[in-house]
Order: sequence, then C-alpha cells, then structure tokens
Amino acid sequence: MNATTAEPASAPVPEDALRRVLAGERPARPGPLLTSLTFGWRALLKIKHVPEQLVDVTMFPIMFTLMFTYLFGGALAGSTQEYLQFLLPGILVQANVMITMNTGITLNTDIQKGVFDRFRSLPVWRPSPLVGALLGDLVRYSIGSAIVIMLGLVLGFRPEGGAVGVVLSVVLLLVFSFCLSWLWTMLSLILRTPNSVAGVSLMVMFPLTFVSNIFVDPKTMPGWLQGVVEVNPITHLATVVRGLMHGSVPAGEIGWVLVSSALLVAVFGPITMVLYRNKK
Amino acid sequence: MGTFAIETRGLKKSFGTTHAVAGVDLAVSVGGVYGVLGPNGAGKTTTIRMLATLLRPDAGEAQVLGYDVVRDARAVRSRVGLTGQFASVDEDLTGVENLLLLARLLGYSRRRGRERATDLLDAFGLAEAADRQVKKYSGGMRRRIDIAASLVVTPELIFLDEPTTGLDPRSRNQVWEFVRGMVAEGTTVLLTTQYLDEADQLADRIAVIDHGKVIAEGSSGQLKASVGAGSLHVRLRAPEQRAEAERVLAGVLEVPAEPSADPAALSARISDPERVARSLAELSRSGIDVTEFALGQPSLDEVFLTLTGHAAEETPEEDAA
Ligand SMILES: Nc1ncnc2c1ncn2[C@@H]1O[C@H](COP(=O)(O)OP(=O)(O)OP(=O)(O)O)[C@@H](O)[C@H]1O
Ligand SMILES: [Mg+2]
Repeated sequence: MNATTAEPASAPVPEDALRRVLAGERPARPGPLLTSLTFGWRALLKIKHVPEQLVDVTMFPIMFTLMFTYLFGGALAGSTQEYLQFLLPGILVQANVMITMNTGITLNTDIQKGVFDRFRSLPVWRPSPLVGALLGDLVRYSIGSAIVIMLGLVLGFRPEGGAVGVVLSVVLLLVFSFCLSWLWTMLSLILRTPNSVAGVSLMVMFPLTFVSNIFVDPKTMPGWLQGVVEVNPITHLATVVRGLMHGSVPAGEIGWVLVSSALLVAVFGPITMVLYRNKK
Repeated sequence: MGTFAIETRGLKKSFGTTHAVAGVDLAVSVGGVYGVLGPNGAGKTTTIRMLATLLRPDAGEAQVLGYDVVRDARAVRSRVGLTGQFASVDEDLTGVENLLLLARLLGYSRRRGRERATDLLDAFGLAEAADRQVKKYSGGMRRRIDIAASLVVTPELIFLDEPTTGLDPRSRNQVWEFVRGMVAEGTTVLLTTQYLDEADQLADRIAVIDHGKVIAEGSSGQLKASVGAGSLHVRLRAPEQRAEAERVLAGVLEVPAEPSADPAALSARISDPERVARSLAELSRSGIDVTEFALGQPSLDEVFLTLTGHAAEETPEEDAA
C-alpha cells in the first residue's frame, strides 16, 4: 500500500490499551456552570486555532471610529474633537452590537457540523453549548471595546468618568451584548445558511443602531421618530455608556438597560432552546 | 423488555413529504453487534438520530437500555455513545483538545481528563497526531478519533453510523478490530452500513432497511437461507461465449443464469448443489473455457436483490465523503 502517507502504520490494534480505555470510570456529572465554561473554553481554543475570527472585532471598531469621527464630526458638532466626546461612547455601543451579529453567523456554521450532534447527545445541561459560545464571544466583545477605547484615547477622547467609569460602562455593555446575542442565536437556528443570517441580522441591526441617539441628538428628529428612538434599548444603552464615561451615574437608565437585557434573554432564550432542541 | 438494549415499535419520522423512517420495529439484544443495512437514503441515520435522542419521532416508541427516548432522554444520553456519520468532532481543535473537551463535559477533572485523552489516543493509534488539528487528519485517523470521542465515558451502547464509509481496506479493518474489541468488553454496538460484507463480517444480527422500513431481519445465515442454497459463479475465458454459457447453465441447473457486471462472468442461483458439477462438465463439453468458478453461500447482495427487487449497489452514491 501507499507508504508515502504521513499516517503512522499503526500496528495491530493494541488490545490492552483498548481494554484499559473501556474499563473507564464514570465520573459525576458536572453542573451547568462548569459545562458552559467548558464550552466557553472551546470557543477560546477556536480563536487560538482560527485567529481570522478576530477580523470583525478589530476592523469594525477601527473603521467606525475613524469614519464617523472624521466624516460627520465637522458637520454635526462643529469640530471633530467635540464630536468625539459625544460619539465615542456611542461608537463603542455600535461596534459591540455589530460584533454580536457575528455570533449568529458563527453559530449557524457551527451547528450545521456533525460535532453539534455530539454535543446535543451529551448528558449535559442543554443550553450549555450555546451559553458557552456566547461566553467565548464576551472575549471578542472585550477585545472590540478595548480597541475602540484605545483608538479614542489616541484621537483625543477624554472620559471624565475616568477608568472606573470606562470599565463600568464596558461591563454593562458586555451584559447587554450577551443578552442581545440570544436574538442572533435564535435567528441562526431559524435560518438555513450563514448568509441569510447575516442578511436578516443587518436588517435588524441598521435601524436598531441608527434610529437611536448614537450619532445625533434626537432633538433634531421629527417627533414620531423621537418616539421610536425613545423606546429603542440601544438609545438607553448609549445614554448609560455616555453618562458613565463622562462621570455621571444615570441610575434610572441603568435600570432600563438591565431590564431590557433581562427581557431579551427571557424572550429569546427559551425560543432559542425550543428551536435548538427540535433542530433536525 | 429489559432484556433488549434497543426496542422500537412503529417508529416514524418524516421530513416534509419524505417518509425517512416509515414504521421501524427493532429488538436489539444486549451485547454483540447489531447491523442496520441499507442503501443511501434508506433511513439509517434518521433512525439512529431518533435513538440517540437527537430527533423526536413523529410516531411510535423507542426504548434504549430500558429508557424511553423522548421521556427519559437524559437517561439515554448518559448511557450511550454516538459516532455520527459525518465529522463528529470539532475539526478546528486538535485531537487531544477534542477528547479533553468531552472529558471535562462528562465530569473528569482536568488532570484525569488529560490522562483519559492520552489513553484513548494511545489505544486508537493517534498518539503522534494528538496535537494536530483534526482537519489535518487522514480519513482513517478521523474515523478513529470520532470513535474514540464516543468512548470518553465507556458507554453501555454505542451507535456507529457508517463507521467505515470512504475508508481504505486497511483502515476499515482497523475499525472492525475496534468494534470487535468493544464487543469483547461487553459494549453493545449498533452500526449502520451500506456494505453487505461489513454486516456479514461484524454483525450478529442484521436488519435490512429500505425506504424507511425493515424488510428483513435475522442473522446473516438466516437471511442467506431465506434466499436459497447459494449461487454458482462462473468466469469465462471468452466473453463472447457468455450468451451460450447462459443457455447451457440454464439447461442443466433448471434456473435462469444471470450475467454479472463483469462481461465474462455469470452466476446462477442453485437449488440442487449436485447439478453444479454436471453443469460445469456440460460447459466444457460445449467448448466453453471456464477460467474461474465459485460456489457461494448467497451474498448479502443477492439477499438484497431478492428482498427489494433492486440491487443495493444500484442506488447512486450521494455523498462522496
Ligand atoms: N434534516 C432533513 N431534512 C429533510 N430531509 C431529510 C433530513 N434528513 C434526512 N432526510 C431525508 O430522509 C431520507 C433518509 O435519510 P437518512 O439520512 O436517514 O438515510 P441514510 O440511510 O442514513 O442514508 P445514507 O446512507 O446516505 O447516509 C432521505 O431521503 C433524506 O433525504
Ligand atoms: Mg446516513
């Protein structure tokens, strides 16, 4: 036979080894937290082996920050420096929300593969593969946030809230992103291909981020649109991030963000799980 | 019940208008290998996915190791291992990472998990490939890591969906050895295959399925017996004499002789083995040179042909895995 293959000509089956392996013990089942974290570890391993995955979390933030600052800064706020103070927290929100979209696309590709059958056939807490994937994504979101903030600092953004304000706002942002991801997770289970997930996600994403107070003060908008902006959770998130970064603590708005985060999980989490359980 | 590893009654699953599984009854005893044999699209994978709790049956019931696959899905999941038809490990991760991931998920400590992963890689001859991404494995290595991944916690029952499709003969033999090894250690194996000789070689009992239905069940010997005494296979020196040979054989054997795929070969079912010698003598008397002949138990090919009216091999190969 072909002797040039790299495959070691593994000898007759090592029977003793097989016997030893089959006499394995039966360890106690781990809890939901540990299995979710283990799936999170898998996500990190995938980043390690396929670092190309990080393109979106590095490119989106850089692109957005530069584009919006220099494109709109002069027109909207008179100067780019001033606009940056207003815009950067918003860009942070926008970039993060954009990055969450990729969660759905990645998951859709992943779920098509045979390995998900194996995961689903394991006696572990059923949502843990999905929760783990989302936990792994928190690392991606953090990288994205760090890039936006660093770039902002370089361009002249000066948060009055200091390091504490910045860190707090990023934490809240991560909480919201994690919860919003369940929307994409659901979509990734409904739609057939990664492309359609991307398409539908964009259709949700654009109104969600643009019809908000991220880029402009809603006072400049017609009344009905202001109404829409007002109920958009992204608006509240942007207000909170802006507030914290600039040294105020908008308690009411923080409550709003936490409630909408909880609602997102409460609505899309169970739908996702039902879809996941009945996935063919 | 209780004595069966798997018991199903009227199991059904449709996808739209495709009746992938159209009422399957199985009774698989504990221990040994149970083979599910069928061509592409017969419903093998769909059946296994229902038994492994991945798909909910539309109708019917299934008990695996005494647990209902719908009501006690979790109990089933903790006792069975599944090796899917297609890549059932994460191809981006290395071999050892895949096994460690599963070991952690199944409750091993980090240290014990690593030992377990190493033991499995050793047992499956993959020690050298431990730190290579699975996507860089050869087909045979991939199948072995797939199977190893199902053994992280020793299952009482393991499902192997077409474990040797696309493997070269050596890798295939290796997989067979592992299957025999597992059985010797007391694991029950349900394997699906499109290869008749694989079922013949490995399985204690075989269910032949076609279009989502079990069309025959029994030991390999029983299935063969239900078809007849066997066949005479003859290969001629001159292919152009085949038509004449067909006539001669049919005359002596009193059954029609059928041309084989090989243009110089033909075969005939035999009812009475005594006539075989006479038929060969008759061929030589008619000036037809025979280069080879064999008297065989009917092959499962013939079983399939008899049972379904079409040969298993006629179905086009859909997946070039
Ligand atoms: N998820 C699905 N959606 C729609 N149709 C499906 C799905 N899964 C299977 N089918 C259809 O059900 C039938 C049985 O498929 P199944 O995969 O069980 O066959 P199989 O015996 O495993 O075939 P193969 O030898 O090719 O693996 C086929 O006609 C297939 O197209
Ligand atoms: Mg199949």
